[in-house]
Amino acid sequence: MKLVKIISWITLIIFAVIQFFPVNYNQSETIPQTDFMIVNKVPATVYKTLHVSCYDCHSNNTSYPWYNKLQPVAWYLEKHIDNGKKDLNFSVWGDYSDRRKKSKINSIMNQIESGEMPIYSYTVIHRNAIISKSDKEAVIKYMTSLKDSL
Amino acid sequence: MKKVRLTTIMVMAFISLSAMYCKDAKTENSTNSEMITEEDHSKMNHDNSDGHHDVDKKEMAMNGDGNSQTILNDYFNLKDALVADDNAKAKELGATLATSLGKLDISKYTDAQQSELKDIMEDAIEHAEHISESDIKHQREHFKVLSKDVTDMVAITGTQVKLYEQFCPMYDGGTAWLSTKEEIRNPYYGSQMLKCGKVQREIN
Repeated sequence: MKLVKIISWITLIIFAVIQFFPVNYNQSETIPQTDFMIVNKVPATVYKTLHVSCYDCHSNNTSYPWYNKLQPVAWYLEKHIDNGKKDLNFSVWGDYSDRRKKSKINSIMNQIESGEMPIYSYTVIHRNAIISKSDKEAVIKYMTSLKDSL
Repeated sequence: MKKVRLTTIMVMAFISLSAMYCKDAKTENSTNSEMITEEDHSKMNHDNSDGHHDVDKKEMAMNGDGNSQTILNDYFNLKDALVADDNAKAKELGATLATSLGKLDISKYTDAQQSELKDIMEDAIEHAEHISESDIKHQREHFKVLSKDVTDMVAITGTQVKLYEQFCPMYDGGTAWLSTKEEIRNPYYGSQMLKCGKVQREIN
């Protein structure tokens, strides 16, 4: 029993200490002019879907629930968001060349259609990020028209 | 006693939570670590150029750094790996192609061509990198756009060997790719539908 107590305390201390390690939160005050929603005229339903289901990892602004600011969760998220933004960052949409926009749209459509995005580790917590069938169709329809306009 | 138990439970909960996250992160890493680098493969396909172009060939055969022909060779090697349904090899060759794309020397082109080539390379590199870390289904998705990029590159850089633009009407609403041979070997379906497609255009 003594051993359990010691281990518990050690773990608790480690947990407390790692809270002081800094993390770069992916947050910004303003919405840049290059944001997907500003560059394009996005219908309300698609706007909502993209914001709720994609923007946390694919823009410069994540909305963090409180537990996501706890370590080691925050570290895990930081890495995830970095990777997500590397592949697609809606905040810098306007900076992509038309060629890359088309590429990104292709991938967006493929990933959403096949249900690979949003990823399971995200939707398991953010249940509202699961994209319904009709929202999926709306996004794909919109993306198709956007791609054709480029 | 009660207090101890409570702390234990709490700690256990935290541990299992963090363990869960770590495990998840690890699986992701392992897919990345499969990325293998190039080496001997750039030599592999030099006979691709079927021997009868002598003028510029030296430049290309020496090491080909910064040369669009190297990109084409790497592209064709990658295509052959997809034709052979070889996921691991395609990963390797995707990484090789990404490297050679990054080395293209665009200084001899006009400003307009340079900016176009920059766009093309930026996009193509991204696709090649994805190919180096994806399963075969994704590799083929990326290869589609990559093929478009490489075709657009050839429109600017030209090619030393005759190319065939081939087209498969079935894959993703109709999809093209490039080949040095006239006969069809479909990189999007591989053994599943090896000969689906037709020559759409010849590029000299």
